[in-house]
This record gives sequence, C-alpha cells and structure tokens, in this order.
Amino acid sequence: MTMDALDTFWSVYSNLVLTLGTNALLALSIYLTLSCGMLAMANAAFMGLGAYAAALLTMQANAPFGVALLAGMAVPSLAALLIGKPTLRLSGVYLAMATLAFGEVVRIFILNTQDWTGGALGLNGIPQATEWWHVLLAVLLVCLLLERMRRARVGRAFEAIREDETAANLMGVDVTKYKLLAFVLGAAIAGLAGALNAHLTFFIGPNEYGFDRGVEILTMTILGGINGLLGPVLGSCIITLLPELLRGLQDYRMVANGLILVGIVLFLPRGIWDPVRLRALLRRAPR
Amino acid sequence: MLELQQQLFNALSLGCVYALFALGFTLVFGVLGVVNLSHGAVFMVGAYAALTAINQLHLPLWAALLCACLVSGVVGLIIDVLVLRTLRQRNVPHLIPMIATIGIGISLNALAQGLFGAENQRFPSDLLPQDALEISGLHVTELELGIILLSFVLMTVLLLALKKTQAGRALRAIAESPRAAALLGINVQGLFMLTSFVAAALGGLAGVLIGLYSNALFPLMGQPVMHKGIAVIILGGMGDIRGAMLAGLFLGFAEVLSVAYIGSTMRDAVAFGLLFAVLLIRPRGLFGSVRERTV
Repeated sequence: MTMDALDTFWSVYSNLVLTLGTNALLALSIYLTLSCGMLAMANAAFMGLGAYAAALLTMQANAPFGVALLAGMAVPSLAALLIGKPTLRLSGVYLAMATLAFGEVVRIFILNTQDWTGGALGLNGIPQATEWWHVLLAVLLVCLLLERMRRARVGRAFEAIREDETAANLMGVDVTKYKLLAFVLGAAIAGLAGALNAHLTFFIGPNEYGFDRGVEILTMTILGGINGLLGPVLGSCIITLLPELLRGLQDYRMVANGLILVGIVLFLPRGIWDPVRLRALLRRAPR
Repeated sequence: MLELQQQLFNALSLGCVYALFALGFTLVFGVLGVVNLSHGAVFMVGAYAALTAINQLHLPLWAALLCACLVSGVVGLIIDVLVLRTLRQRNVPHLIPMIATIGIGISLNALAQGLFGAENQRFPSDLLPQDALEISGLHVTELELGIILLSFVLMTVLLLALKKTQAGRALRAIAESPRAAALLGINVQGLFMLTSFVAAALGGLAGVLIGLYSNALFPLMGQPVMHKGIAVIILGGMGDIRGAMLAGLFLGFAEVLSVAYIGSTMRDAVAFGLLFAVLLIRPRGLFGSVRERTV
C-alpha cells in the first residue's frame, strides 16, 4: 500500500525532487565564488556549457553517461580557466556584469551554431539517464568536498580574500590563484548540475541558461545565506518549491512568489541560515 | 550612401530609447547605490499604463504619456518607500537590495500577466500617422521624430537640473557620500524618493516609446531592454548620467549597423560582446570616470 503511494508520489514529483538536487548544486556552485568574495554570475552559462557538452556526447557519440558527466564538468572548467584570468581582475558589480555578459555571449554562440547545437530549437530527445541516486550522490559529494575545503587551508584563504583582498595579498595569500580555483571549481559544479539536468529533462534550449537563470541562481544562494553550506541548499529548496506550493493562486502565484522573496530579504537580510542569529535566539530561549 | 543615412537615423531613435531607459537605471545606481533590477518591470508598467489610458479612458497620446510617467513614477516611489528605505535603515549587505528588486520585478511582471494576459497587445493603429515623411531623401515617421525630440529635451532638462539646481547639486553630493550629504543638512531621504520617482518615470516613458515603436506590449517586454540597459550603464560608467546617454546612443548605432552589415542573429551579441570587451579593456566604462562607492 505504502509502496503504491510512494510510486504515485514519485511519478508525479520525481522531476521536482531531482530539480531540487540540481538547483542545490547550482546554489553551491555560486556559493563557492561568493565565499571567495567574488560576485561572478556566469554559473548559468557554465551550466549550459555542461548541459550541451554532456548531451551532445550521449546523443551524437553514444558515450557512456559517466564520460558525458565528466565532459560536462570539464568543458565549463576549461571555459572558466580561459576567461578567468582577465575577468577576475574586476570586482563587485563590474565582475557580475562581465560574467553575465559572458553568459549572453555563450547563449548567442549556441543560437548561432545550429548544425551542432540545434540553435534556437535546442536539443531534443536527450536520453533520460539521470537516476535519483546520481543526483543525491552528486549533492553529497559536492557538499563533502566544499565542507572539507572550508575547514582546510583553502577555505581560510577564501575567507581572508573575502574579508579583505589587499590584506590577504600582503599576508602572502596567492589571491589570483585562489580566486581562479574558486571560479573553475564553481564552473565544474555548475556544469555537473547542467549535465545531470539535461539527462533529466529530455530537452534543452539556449534560453534556459540566460540572464534570468543566472539571477535565479544568485537569488537562491543569497536568500539562503552564505554562512555555511546549509544556506545555499535551503535557499535552492525555497526557490524551487515556492512556485509549486503557490500553485493554488494560479495566475497570481508568481506575484506571491516575488513578494515572499522581498519579505524574506527584508526580514532576514543575512540569509535564512544565519548561525549567529540562531545562536542569539537559542540563548534567549531558556530564559 | 542614402541607405547608410537611413540606418543611422533608425539607430538614432532606437539609441534614444535605450538612453532614456538607462538614464533612470544609472540615476538610481549613482544616487541610491542600488542595481535596480525592477527597472525593466517599471518600464513595462509605463507601457501598460499608457495603453490603459488610451483604450479605457480614451485620453490623447500626450496625456497617456503623462499618465505613464506618473503611474510608473509612483510605482518607483512605492518601491523606494516600502522596500529600499527599509533595507537602507537596516544597513544590509550590499547585494541584498538588488535581490529585493528582483523579487519586485517578478511580482510586477506576474501581476501584469494576470491583469492583461500573456499575449501581445498593441496600441490602436490610428493613434499615430503611419506614413513616413520624406526629409531630404530619408524616410522618417512622426513617431521617430517624436522619440528623438522628446528624448533629447528630457536628457537636456535632466542634465541642466543636475548641474544648475539646488536639488541637482544635493543629488551629486549624495552620489559622493550619502553620510556626508546628510551631515551637511541635505534631506537625503527626500532626495532618494525624488530620484526613485524620476528614474521610474523615465523608465515608464521609455516603455511607452518602445511599445509604440515596436507596436507590441507584453508582460516580459522589460527584460530584454533591462539586459541591454545593464550593458549601457556599464559602457557609460556606472552612475554616470552623461555616460549612460552616450552609451545608449552608441548601443543603438552598434546594433542597427550590425544588423545591417553582419546579420540579425548577431544583434543581441553586440551589446554583450561590447560590454565584455569594454570591461576587460577599460573596467570603468567607455565614457565614465566613476569611482566605486565604498561604504
């Protein structure tokens, strides 16, 4: 009986649950660059590169899924390596805009390479190779990796750069190297999310990886807070589930969605997951 | 040769609208220090306000333009008072206001979709004379002339106001440092509200003009323009008024000429390719010499 219920639940919601996973990966990918003090917003583009690289491999070359996933991580990493050096000199809003612009360039590149990528029509009929445990495993592995990094020398370097780049540099932290590392690793994670997502949705098109997706990824992470790994994951869950939960409002559900976003930002400006505030709350509670 | 001149003229009217849109965008960034990602939605609000004024209230075009400015201006004012001011008072991390404006944009776009439907709407076809005038061989519509005239008048007024009036001087002081301006007795909150109103009104006006120009209104019409607006204010130097105008015109020319001589698929690549290149070569913008505000 319960198995049946579970089956029905899964057949209806499997896509949503798996999207939760890939969105968590995306949120974690931008968390990585944010934790190093960089507002880089090319993650949607990296996701797209990963998705296209992996999907083309499985569709055209009949490559095994594992190889496709690896390629989905390698291609965006390579792109990040190439644009990283010149781009990461920029800071703040300028870096955000340059990376967003890179995203648009990727989108238009895909639009104009019709023979390869299907152009505006996108790629249809991608084999649905992604299983639920692939996504779960990917999220767990990425979380594990990032948590280990956070506690290691790299994590301390990231934090030093985020707090004060000049000071970090003077103390002998190789700022350029660490920034590039965060950028490339973030690209790989976003690419992984893209590759998994592509083999989940049957269809991908260039417009899925544009400006709005980039902004959405950033929103997930800022909403959740960047005080730890739980923040981005929580934020991605909220952004993914909110439109579903508000389905009853029909035409006006996105109105509520936006207002809730504003509300959260107004009342929890440091993100939902904020250990400092939580500790303060706990201390007050027993009184 | 005549064809080139025709293209240049078309580029001028398109560039004017970009400039008008980017003006409000850059004004808010310069004064409030916020990348206002609801500006595209406000642009759309202006267009629909004018459409409603014409279709439901049967107002003439000039009144509809005024109405669009007022409605979108008030929307901008409400956004400032309800959201941005609260965030300022709480001294939040600098990305947070931008995220808030994303939420506002989503809500406004969805609201428009709920009220007006997702499909394209257009202004009545008898609103403006469609036939082109011929001025020394160029085909020129009244609409294009109107857009260019109106834009230049507004830009001049704004520049003069910023330069010559007391409020303009105060605004420039705030752009340097809100705290110092407040200490000097400048009514910072009031001027923030004024800025939000003016910026949104300009955005709304640009919305009507694009609506008339392309003859298509839809709830998400502000998004592509906003993406280009971002390119424009970076090209011009963030927060730089004159830079935004020049860069808006520049983008109009670059786009039209690339469509004419390279092909229409590259049209959108132009804005962002330019932006990418400019940021790598001259990170502070093509025309601007703006310092980043540090708080």
